Amino acid sequence: MAHTTVAGAESGSTQAQLAARYGLGAAGARPSLATYTRTLWSYRHFILAYSTARVTSSFSKTQLGQLWQVLTPLTNAAVYYLIFGLILQQSRGVENFIPYLCTGLFLFSFTSGSALAGTTSITSNLGLIRAMHFPRASLPLAHTFTQLQNALTAMVVLGAIVLISGEPLTLKWLLIVPILALLAVFNAGLTMLLARLGARSTDLKQVMPFVMRAWMYASGVLYSVDLFRAHLPGWAAQILEFNPLLVYIELGRYSLMESAPLASSPVELWLLGVGWALVMGIGGFIFFWRGEKEYGRG
Amino acid sequence: MADMYSGLNGATSLTAPAGTGTGQGRIPTVIADHAHVTYRIHRGASPGGGPAASLRRLVKRTSSPNVREIHAVKGVTFTAYRGEAIGLIGTNGSGKSTLLRAIAGLLPVDRGAIYTQGQPSLLGVNAALLKDLSGERNVALGCLAMGMHPDEVQRLTPEIIEFSGINRRGDFASLPMRTYSSGMSARLRFSIAAAKRHDVLLIDEALATGDKPFRKRSQRRVKELRDGAGTVFLVSHQLSSIRETCERTIWLESGVIKMDGPTDQVLPAYEDFVNQ
Repeated sequence: MAHTTVAGAESGSTQAQLAARYGLGAAGARPSLATYTRTLWSYRHFILAYSTARVTSSFSKTQLGQLWQVLTPLTNAAVYYLIFGLILQQSRGVENFIPYLCTGLFLFSFTSGSALAGTTSITSNLGLIRAMHFPRASLPLAHTFTQLQNALTAMVVLGAIVLISGEPLTLKWLLIVPILALLAVFNAGLTMLLARLGARSTDLKQVMPFVMRAWMYASGVLYSVDLFRAHLPGWAAQILEFNPLLVYIELGRYSLMESAPLASSPVELWLLGVGWALVMGIGGFIFFWRGEKEYGRG
Repeated sequence: MADMYSGLNGATSLTAPAGTGTGQGRIPTVIADHAHVTYRIHRGASPGGGPAASLRRLVKRTSSPNVREIHAVKGVTFTAYRGEAIGLIGTNGSGKSTLLRAIAGLLPVDRGAIYTQGQPSLLGVNAALLKDLSGERNVALGCLAMGMHPDEVQRLTPEIIEFSGINRRGDFASLPMRTYSSGMSARLRFSIAAAKRHDVLLIDEALATGDKPFRKRSQRRVKELRDGAGTVFLVSHQLSSIRETCERTIWLESGVIKMDGPTDQVLPAYEDFVNQ
């Protein structure tokens, strides 16, 4: 015991002074936004590898394997077509209902898949977070990339469906690329937002399926958007037209279909689409970064 | 025994291997200043639950019994210097692993502070990887998660698999990790973590995994890492490995430092305590 000195109450300040003198940083301190962004960029290989790994691993226990990437959107479309197209006859007012429905459904699945995965992206990876050091935003971003890969497959399926249903192949189809890019940025922000909220309150996971379903009904996926104008008071329809998902879905229909009923003009849609992507993308990122220190706690 | 050392709670150890006494001229690498660490765990379904009970809890604003706050580290203060190897001992649940995670910055500190030089690395055996992926893919993923460049990962992957020895009985590296025995996956995880260079190295029970040849290999590797690293912390229940590796030992009990000093003084006291 001869070597051990007992320090009194003042040791608190001396410890901090010692740390300052030798330039030691606080463990797990939140980096500045610029540093964080740079580090995140240097982890891009990890994000890509992790998201690709998740695509492969999610189908690895099924017999049909990655064929499900194609089968899932197809089955989804078939079920909704059966109910809303054939049984409920919601196709009134839409000339070519199948591509109308599928465009909405596939674009919506991209967002809902990202949102649901994002909600649990921190809680389901606590082991990884507590074991290794990397910018935590890698996880929600990787989940968005996983969904983007699924969405790209779904877009190929969608292209086939749209062509078979009699729509012409036009140059306007190329617009689907910037639309998907905007939607991906929007989804990335949304995923990061939900990742932090979901890490704080684990009950969110139970609520999200209902939120997403309500959002789907508000986005005119299953029926013509003209119904909003016809059945809702003016101000409510006005608000719904700002709904980001409605914006992206309408843009998708505008690009792939000859004559789809639109709630707003294409110019308005593009402005709204870019605006939402910027607001959600940057806002979600900053919101997530502010919580960077807490994610290991569980 | 407890009385004898209770005065050391929150004490700053200035013990050097050679007994330099005051600690002047030595460079600190890890400084803990009255650090408290809390983490939350979610228990599964608990008896006495039911929707009505949950609602009552919500109304009365009592916290859910499903979530329990664990105050694992309660005001720990110490200073670690460059070139030191420090053993962390204590009975199960005394907060050793939590303290390491807080030093590594993986768990946030509630009150007080922990200062570190650079980014300490935690060498654990519980890095959760993707079970459905092959060992090879997991190696690549783990290395990328540690911030390596893809070229480096490609170069190191065969070495890591060779080191882990999982291919000794057939080509396991290409099989999904869920088909591995627990020993095999622990070995692979350790091999991944040990592939990187570290400034401050935190080792959590890692030396105990695997069979004898692997233990020998990993001990050699830790020695190499230690020679390159500034400071090494070692958590272990095998007192022999602490005695071999560490000249200083911190004894943690219920989240509080019970004793901090030269290994040859702390270990006998701890052994007396355990054998009571």
